[in-house]
Amino acid sequence: MSGVARPRGFTRWALAANAWLVYLFFYAPIILLVVFSFSADRNVGRWGGFTFGWYGEFAENQAVQSAMWVSVRVALVSTVISVVLGTLAALSLERFRFRGQKVFDGLLYLPIIIPDVTMAVMMLLFFTQFFSLLETLFGIEMRNGFLSITLSHIAFNISFVSVVVRARLAGMDQRMEEAAMDLYASRILAFRHVTLPQILPGILGGALLALTLSLDDVVVTQFTSGPGSTTLPVYVFGLIRRGVTPLVNAVSVIMLAASIGLVGLYLAVSRLRSDSSPSLEDQA
Amino acid sequence: MTMTEAPDEIEEPKPIEVEAATPEFEAAAARAEARRGLMIAAPAYLYLILFFGIPLAIVFAYSFATRNRFGEAVFDGVSFEAYAKLGEPIVRDIILRSLWLAVLTTVICLVVAYPFSYYLATRSPKTRNILLVFVMIPFWSNFLVRNYAWRVILGNDGVASKTTGFLGLGEIEILFTPTAVVLGLVYGFLPFMVLPLYASIERIDLSLVEASRDLYASGWQTFRRVLLPLSMPGVVAGSILVFVPSFGAYVTPEILGGAKTTLLGSYIVTQFLTARNLPVGASLSFVLMAVMLASAIVYFRSGGKNL
Repeated sequence: MSGVARPRGFTRWALAANAWLVYLFFYAPIILLVVFSFSADRNVGRWGGFTFGWYGEFAENQAVQSAMWVSVRVALVSTVISVVLGTLAALSLERFRFRGQKVFDGLLYLPIIIPDVTMAVMMLLFFTQFFSLLETLFGIEMRNGFLSITLSHIAFNISFVSVVVRARLAGMDQRMEEAAMDLYASRILAFRHVTLPQILPGILGGALLALTLSLDDVVVTQFTSGPGSTTLPVYVFGLIRRGVTPLVNAVSVIMLAASIGLVGLYLAVSRLRSDSSPSLEDQA
Repeated sequence: MTMTEAPDEIEEPKPIEVEAATPEFEAAAARAEARRGLMIAAPAYLYLILFFGIPLAIVFAYSFATRNRFGEAVFDGVSFEAYAKLGEPIVRDIILRSLWLAVLTTVICLVVAYPFSYYLATRSPKTRNILLVFVMIPFWSNFLVRNYAWRVILGNDGVASKTTGFLGLGEIEILFTPTAVVLGLVYGFLPFMVLPLYASIERIDLSLVEASRDLYASGWQTFRRVLLPLSMPGVVAGSILVFVPSFGAYVTPEILGGAKTTLLGSYIVTQFLTARNLPVGASLSFVLMAVMLASAIVYFRSGGKNL
């Protein structure tokens, strides 16, 4: 680590300069965006005195507010469902051997690596067919909206949750479960008191990841949302394409704050990995 | 857990059965275990088949459909018409342009991220963790907003043109050009290159670098012959993680690109939402997915999964 591995002279200087430039590149745009969200000028990139006005407009704008609540509801519902399904999937893959396991494993990886646009197109065609089928079979009339957005978010979130939980399960000493069962704990008891407390940081991490992905998604949501029910990123994306206004700055800063807050939580939760000595008392 | 619940949950120890040793019993136990595994997998399995597998099959089917005179997709046997369209100059140019911008983005990310990751990997463990957190934050924060920030900076009379004007370089106007798109893509995906590169460089025993220098290799030779070969898994993994989303990018070109820089992602969206040419849109989505799948196979082969 020491000595020659750390270059001297010009190389050393250039490496450090490059590193600080990369950090500047990462953060300058974010900081400038925050600064300009307080600018009174109607032109988004020009400073025109300090104001909270755009945040006031954010609080009063009906369309923005309703889109924000759709976002929050979609994120919460899709996270809860995908955490349950994703954790079960992780357990079945790490602790059991069954027929069709390879196929299931592959199917679970696909939503992670598939391009956004392809997934969006798939969901659009699927829900068109699905809703028309529902109408012809049961006479139920449905359109794209909360349900179709949430169902598609669950479809990609299950995979992300299961990857995070699996990593945790793989790192766990399986003999602890075996010991519990040797001591006559049923499978369910062993899961509740031995496995669950140990994989809890993984489950929490997966949940935060799912929340972040759901709150940030634009492409898939754009294809599954309907008139009157879109999420905040899709609404903002529409605004940006029609021409930017300072209101977009303020909304952007709020979305950024939400996602950075979630990252912070995620990093804090992943710190829990280091001190994992769960005990039965934790559950009492 | 309260004491009142306990008696229901704890099973009485059962007497050990003698048959336990027979192969038939063990086979039956293994079957029961496999059934249990399948039952636990079932909810997610069924969900993904219904809401992912079937949608995928539908797009696949549409890519072999044709259009009637009203422009609606009709199924008339298996038709390769939509795939044949991909060879037409307009579509071919869009594919080539997307490919070129994605390659450019990947190369720039690689050149910037390699020395950066090496710098991170050679810090003390404590500094390293702090520096890494500051890479994670942009990695996870809202992609749309991060692209939008560049729209604000590059805009008319914005910070970028003021800065270059101040420096005497003249006011730059790169918004709505391919340059702006590449800038946005590099900004968006640079952390995807840094993280795997860092993971693979950090793993290298750096005394090898010292040994190489002790044996009179120059800095460049050490990099070429020692560092680069050892960090190859990170280079491959990072390049794929940047290349694949850049190739199918939709949000960045929509925000920072102009009408002249239609890329694959936007073109597919147009086929579905405005042009209503579902077969062509579906076949292009499949081309995109094929590129992605091929890259994923390379990724797993090169050991990217372990990074």
